[in-house]
Amino acid sequence: MISRHQIAFKNLLRKKARTFLTLVGIVLSSWVLVSLLGFNRGYEAALNRDIDNMGYQIMVMAKGCPYEAATMMLQGGAGLRYIEEDVAKGIETRPEVAGVTPILMQAFFDPNKGDGGGIAGYYGVDMQTFPAMKPFLRFQRGGWPQGSEAAEAVMGFEAAELEQREVGDSILVPEKNVELKVVGILERTGTQDDGTIFVPLKTLQRVAGLDKITTIGIKVKKDADIAKLEAALYQLPDMQVVSFSQVKQTIMKLIATARVMVLSIAVIALLIAMVGVVNTVLMSVMERQHEIGILKTMGAMPGDIFRLVWTETLILCTSGGVLGIGLALAFARLSDLLVRRVLPYAPGGELVAIDLKLCALTLVIIVAVGLLSGVYPAWKAGRVRPLDSIRGGL
Amino acid sequence: MTPGSEIILEARGLTRLYGRGSEQVQALNGVSLQIQRGDFISFTGPSGSGKTTLVNLLGCLDNPSAGELDVAGRRIFGGGAPLGERDLTRIRREIFGYIFQNFYLIPTLTVAENVALPLAFYRKPGVEGEVDRLLALLGMEHRRNHLPGQISGGEMQRVAIARALVNKPALLLADEPTGSLDTQRTQEIGEILQELSARAGLTIVMVTHNPALASLGTRRIEMRDGQILDA
Repeated sequence: MISRHQIAFKNLLRKKARTFLTLVGIVLSSWVLVSLLGFNRGYEAALNRDIDNMGYQIMVMAKGCPYEAATMMLQGGAGLRYIEEDVAKGIETRPEVAGVTPILMQAFFDPNKGDGGGIAGYYGVDMQTFPAMKPFLRFQRGGWPQGSEAAEAVMGFEAAELEQREVGDSILVPEKNVELKVVGILERTGTQDDGTIFVPLKTLQRVAGLDKITTIGIKVKKDADIAKLEAALYQLPDMQVVSFSQVKQTIMKLIATARVMVLSIAVIALLIAMVGVVNTVLMSVMERQHEIGILKTMGAMPGDIFRLVWTETLILCTSGGVLGIGLALAFARLSDLLVRRVLPYAPGGELVAIDLKLCALTLVIIVAVGLLSGVYPAWKAGRVRPLDSIRGGL
Repeated sequence: MTPGSEIILEARGLTRLYGRGSEQVQALNGVSLQIQRGDFISFTGPSGSGKTTLVNLLGCLDNPSAGELDVAGRRIFGGGAPLGERDLTRIRREIFGYIFQNFYLIPTLTVAENVALPLAFYRKPGVEGEVDRLLALLGMEHRRNHLPGQISGGEMQRVAIARALVNKPALLLADEPTGSLDTQRTQEIGEILQELSARAGLTIVMVTHNPALASLGTRRIEMRDGQILDA
């Protein structure tokens, strides 16, 4: 006729405002928790994806700040120091190396970019080796420049959108007043390539008035000993070696503080929700002591009362958890944008990765913490003596 | 006692002391009595005379300080350690139904759900259909989907009576069942209890200050200073 779950559910409806506020607390904490756990997982995956999409596992550049080197590797940056092209040829002869590609990174100030001007980043890449290292790059329109000295450029998806350029249009290299013809526009990759303008190496060297490069990308043979290669590369004078694992470690170090902070926030949010649950259920138990006593005269055992009150907690936490997870899924993109604003470096693609497994894990955590919070009120309710409650002497 | 009638409850020397040390109060002083199946007993007496204390002991809501109690052929109190809450609950749900001055209906449950409430915790065999039968018997069928806040005090007490009877108890204990009701509703509830006793053969033990209600019982027991004056 009526189940314990129905009784528990209807009990929660007695003080609707209180139940609603407690529910809001649980919803918010589960939203925060699933988003932050999603970020913890998503950031690392996005970083790995970014590095994998580089096409090479090791970069060699002139000695400098390792953080700058790591950022330059992933994000592009002004070539602060230059190296001779011959260094690449020397590296290519090593048995562990499958291929090398020389790169010149250049940044020019564009007064027409944004409100107060901005930096336009150019990648000078070797047309013989670079496309082969990045076979996953797909063209929306056009293709790579024909010839190593052509005054042509390939624009990343976002760069083309920002500059509103189509294949066949021209772009003007800021500061240098050199025109390049757009011959290809890449499909969106979700990486830093989207904002980059690729130019043949020799062309960019000519534009910049340089005969050097900033970076050498090294693709390692499948089963080669990367550590041995790195050790050999370190022997090169005034060279800095940045490998996949180093970059990852460097960036993970950079965001470690942020990760600790966000996880602390999640724990605090969880604790606040827990206190809210204890308060709500305990208040409800105190108010219903007479009724609980009467339930006991009707034959309810202490364990029955414990389970009844615990069921109320379970309903609160499960519904709050499900709602919070739903909101986290619905607003994942917003969370992504907020996280990007506060991070020193954000890889491309999805930063807050929420999947079914993570949702289930969060729900389990919320329900487990909620049930733990419900133990004391439920235990207290189970101990109510019917005689005391009938007398009203509690 | 009618020859051949069954004794459903027998108390011998029931005593209840409250407090500790020199501040002890003797609420009940060696009360002995027998109740037969089908009896409708009214306990009357001034406040503090011990009638509620006695009914609480008879209904296994409390442990006596001394004395023995047999209910439905089972020794409940006497000769051993006080019973724990779990044991008392087990006895209560098998033997007793209770109604009180305050009805203690759950405001968010409908009339029918309130009546069915004890079945969520304990269900005796053969109680299927009892909710509908009792609602019809007590004239509350048309109110089955109403909430307690939508019915009168007299109707609430009818619901409480139905709830107390849903598990087919051997004994109904009523502590001031009309204490919150006006004269007309008191009369209605009195008639219901009388009919349950007379027609259904239900054993009823009632505490009341109301002489008219007390006179409806088959036996009236006057109490004073923790003792029975007239059994």
